[in-house]
Amino acid sequence: MSVAADERHGDRGGRGILSTYGRDGLIQIVLIANSVIMLFPVVIMVFSGFKTNMEIFQAPFRIPDFTDIGNFVTMATQTNFLRYLLNSLLVTGTALLATGILGIMAAYALARYTFAGASFILLFFMSGLMLPLKLAVIPLFILFRDLGILDSYWALIAIYTAMGLPSTVFILTGFIRTLPSELEDAARMDGASEARILWQIMLPLCRPALVIAGIYNLVPIWNDFFFPLVFIQTDALKTLPQGLTTFIGEYSTDYGAMFAGLTLAAAPITLLYIALSRQFINGMTSGAVK
Amino acid sequence: MPVVHYDSEAVEGEALPPTRRRFTRRGAWISFLLIPPIAVMALFVVYPILSALAYAFYDWTGLRREGFVGLENFRRVLFEPPYAAITWNAFQHNVIVFFVLMVVQNGVGFLLAWCLWRELPGARFHRVAVFLPVVLSTVIIGYMWKLFFHPIFGVVNQLLELVGLGALAQPWLGQSDTALGALILVNAWAWVGFPTLVFLAGLQRIPTEVLEAARMETDSEWTITRRIVWPLVAPSTTVVFILLFIGSFNWFELPYIMVGLDGSPFGSTDVLGLVFYRTAFGNVSAGVQDFGLGSALAVLMFLFIAVFATGWTLYLRKRELDV
Repeated sequence: MSVAADERHGDRGGRGILSTYGRDGLIQIVLIANSVIMLFPVVIMVFSGFKTNMEIFQAPFRIPDFTDIGNFVTMATQTNFLRYLLNSLLVTGTALLATGILGIMAAYALARYTFAGASFILLFFMSGLMLPLKLAVIPLFILFRDLGILDSYWALIAIYTAMGLPSTVFILTGFIRTLPSELEDAARMDGASEARILWQIMLPLCRPALVIAGIYNLVPIWNDFFFPLVFIQTDALKTLPQGLTTFIGEYSTDYGAMFAGLTLAAAPITLLYIALSRQFINGMTSGAVK
Repeated sequence: MPVVHYDSEAVEGEALPPTRRRFTRRGAWISFLLIPPIAVMALFVVYPILSALAYAFYDWTGLRREGFVGLENFRRVLFEPPYAAITWNAFQHNVIVFFVLMVVQNGVGFLLAWCLWRELPGARFHRVAVFLPVVLSTVIIGYMWKLFFHPIFGVVNQLLELVGLGALAQPWLGQSDTALGALILVNAWAWVGFPTLVFLAGLQRIPTEVLEAARMETDSEWTITRRIVWPLVAPSTTVVFILLFIGSFNWFELPYIMVGLDGSPFGSTDVLGLVFYRTAFGNVSAGVQDFGLGSALAVLMFLFIAVFATGWTLYLRKRELDV
């Protein structure tokens, strides 16, 4: 017993600094190795976009001549890339706006007023958090056909709005409940209408929560491939991920051009992520971190 | 106390007519706020999911619903050749995907979270790096790795050549015994950042006093991690496990992009998501689409995921409370 205790103490005194440095060194090696594994493929993708087939084959890891933007010019001018980008912006933007507006309406009602059935309605929204909507794609297909919005932006906007609503209501309701109601009460005393209070007082206060909810929904909506695959046929209406499959198909023997296309497609969200990495990480893990 | 009570009641009684009017206006305002979002949810989430259940009990010709056939569609996808063999083959692959990702993706995720938790210099950079693929579209990731795995042009084989392991170079996605493994590794590469940062958030919530107390008792980081840290991040574990479970049995985009709708080569990468899509919307080799069989598969997948995810969540939550 005492021997063991002595050994432990001896241990601590004997290798204290050394073992700490050794352990931290090992941790650094793990982290650096992992970051290399994470970034190396992305870097190779970008590099290859500046190369010809021959260069990719002969010197796959060499740093390319970055002034050689032929592949990118081909992508931007010979394909519908810019159209796809515009479609993605339009669909994602509209869906996020609709989600935000509908979300704050529901959240404000649920968080600030007490009425019969409020908790049931909250539960109703929550149930949408766990349901894999992909598995309801057949009825959605038939519904959109009946509504006459199959193969149009509206099909995607509708499904993405519905997809984003539960998490938005969840995040905003939780947030509004933590806000003190003095400001609203004061405004009410001054005779402001309920709509004005929502628009001019709640909305600005909710901005941080709206950003979290927005990012939480932005990434899956912007990146979605499944719903456009089922709902969109017309090439001019395709979103970026779906459009990628078209131009990869067209350029299937030109490796440089394919890598250039992938790089261009990855660029918008990557740049946004680098600029707002903290918000992205907080936003995307917000559903999982309580 | 009673005085206040009577007081307030009296005031409310007196102000009945205006209160009533305000009450209905208040009701109208609440309805105005709630009806649009509820309508969107009802039309695009609840109605489709309930319809998916109903559709599975009907016979379908193309987009037209024919007679009620009871459990016939379920029987066919589960027990009748050739559907049964395809369904079970795909299901086995989903199970493999889930278990391997559980070890590789969540295991490495926990290890990385533990390393990042030390806040050594550069931790911020490593955190941003590990999460980068998570924000990229599966389509981009799938094509990128498909090109990397190309037998001649791909960097995977070229890298092996470079380090003197050229003998190991092979058509990774073209052979039955390596294709599924390659797909799973790509998935782990793309998603490891998610469990890492969820675990990290869990670790950062452990009170420092608890850790300091534990360090007084033992020097062994292993013991502290196993006895103190692991039980305390249980809520993060629950979320990460359940999301991986749901994701593994819904797996579709990555195999679709990398190996195609048929789960080639020879069905060795076929998973339920691909079978569902082929059955419901047809493909080049089997042009027929069958909404009845497709709906039956969707319902079975949905029930499987719902039952196991719910049961497992309850079990894991209980574990959270026990510690």
